[in-house]
Amino acid sequence: MALLEVENLNVDLSTAMGPARAVRNLNLTLDRGQSLGIVGESGCGKSMTALALMGLLPENAVTTGEIRLSNENLLKKSERDLCSIRGNRMAMIFQEPMTSLNPVHSVGRQIMEPLRLHRGLSKTDAKKKALQLMDRVGIPNPEERIANFPHQLSGGQRQRVMIAIALSCEPDILIADEPTTALDVTIQDQILELIHNLVAEEGMALILISHDLGVIAENTEKVAVMYGGTVVESGATDQIFGQLSHPYTQGLFAAMPKLGMSRNKRLTTIPGTVPDLVNLPSGCTFTDRCPLASNICKETTPPIEELGPAHTVACHNLKKAIEARSTGLYE
Amino acid sequence: MSRPSSQSFVSRCLNSRSFVVGGLMTGFLLSCAIISLFWTPGEVYDITIADRFFAPSASHWFGTDQFGRDIVSLLMTGTQNSITVGVVAVSIGLFTGVTLGLTASAQRGWVEELIMRLSDFSFAFPAILSAIMITAILGPGGVNSIIAIGIYNVPVFARLTRGTANAIWTREYVMAARAAGKGKFRITLEHVLPNIRSIIIVQITIQFAIAILAEAALSYLGLGTQPPNPSWGRMLNEAQSLMFFQPMQAIYPGVAIALAVFGLNLLGDGLRDVLDPRLSRKR
Repeated sequence: MALLEVENLNVDLSTAMGPARAVRNLNLTLDRGQSLGIVGESGCGKSMTALALMGLLPENAVTTGEIRLSNENLLKKSERDLCSIRGNRMAMIFQEPMTSLNPVHSVGRQIMEPLRLHRGLSKTDAKKKALQLMDRVGIPNPEERIANFPHQLSGGQRQRVMIAIALSCEPDILIADEPTTALDVTIQDQILELIHNLVAEEGMALILISHDLGVIAENTEKVAVMYGGTVVESGATDQIFGQLSHPYTQGLFAAMPKLGMSRNKRLTTIPGTVPDLVNLPSGCTFTDRCPLASNICKETTPPIEELGPAHTVACHNLKKAIEARSTGLYE
Repeated sequence: MSRPSSQSFVSRCLNSRSFVVGGLMTGFLLSCAIISLFWTPGEVYDITIADRFFAPSASHWFGTDQFGRDIVSLLMTGTQNSITVGVVAVSIGLFTGVTLGLTASAQRGWVEELIMRLSDFSFAFPAILSAIMITAILGPGGVNSIIAIGIYNVPVFARLTRGTANAIWTREYVMAARAAGKGKFRITLEHVLPNIRSIIIVQITIQFAIAILAEAALSYLGLGTQPPNPSWGRMLNEAQSLMFFQPMQAIYPGVAIALAVFGLNLLGDGLRDVLDPRLSRKR
């Protein structure tokens, strides 16, 4: 039995223009200790998926489907039960370490809070544990730092504090939503390595959300490529990165700046913009931007085809896409 | 907002001119009230008609009124009255209003709708009008005027709290707190309230000034403090008919009210600078 199973998840946000379909027919499974990457452009539903898993969607959201954590459907749970799961069995790290800590409390207090809330530790025990955690996430001089306020720490250190908070109750699943996007490149690597090592040591499952393919490739075993609120390609990370199949995945790769590119060459882009989630095109949502689009793409939703034991793709023109792999679809 | 260390807090207080001046004026007001509890230069409750309308002298610094009472003593004792009204009325508004505002902000939905529409409704009546209405229902008197002013303060605090709390609820650290498994009640106490504290403190000084004005107005109309208890509003009322041959009788309490309100407003402005540098215009 998998640790986390997401079946047919749909998230609709009610807006003034009508329901925006932020996540559609999403299926995921995650085993204990496994790491899953979710990749896609801004507005493709990555963060909404993460928030849906945590049960933290905005109040105008309607969620259907099933999210099973150890076979318990989280969508059926009361807010009270969810509070005892969040931060305890599932924890989350956010994109902005600068604003994710409360400015009026010391970082020590903020690390101790989940320990006292979920584990019922006394103040002294929680403090002891907090010092250990700060040491583990690589904050120097924890005894001094524990009394610091967030504004006295650098961005990288704040993200380390966020990681310490997330790890404090040894959750089964850690969701990291673009954990390094707001940090500078040198710190990014350290933080990712820290997350990677801690997850491996604790035997936690990791869901890493990023728009950076390099980050996903280095840190995850499985990957799901999202577009327009749904998964267009998923499978083992090696497999997908070895055999780019969906035209969108190929586009994402082509759009990555490459080292040694000639100075005057323009970066490759996928033409167009992400679809309007309120008025999603019928059929395949990528049709408008896809170089291989044909009539059938506009009319019917593409079937999910298995390319290998752990590799599925949703595309009508899969054969053509695979053939185009060598020449490049977007040159 | 960063929490200032104790030293920079003190120096920021001293750097703010309005904080210092407002604090001194409010402090003077407070000390007048406290001194008058034990000692006043003359008698407040003794009426000696023969001593009426004395000119200012060494024994009666501001002279006496038409009942022969010492004006300085009346003003000092009136301070007690104004401060009591301010403290009690603002406390009523503060606790009820902040609780309502925080509840509205945490619960959203129909609870918020109900609380905010109720406060809109009470805002539809001007302060003094609703105070007159409440004292008309409950009967005139010191306590009832306090209740009336307190009730008027409730929606002021409810609105302010709900508005600022709603802004805090959208912050990332609240989302992070929710992701850590905290419920609405905990988040309200640990994250929302500490972050809107300074704004509420500033509002307290402003409402305090308004409460003093409202009490003076109610007493002037005869709905507030009843004789023989001295009150600035009553002194104005009694001086009204003497305006043309004893103008100073009206000017003393008028100036007292103006100075009290001015001092409190200055203090509020200063506190805003000190507690929340982001809101200050100077920095």
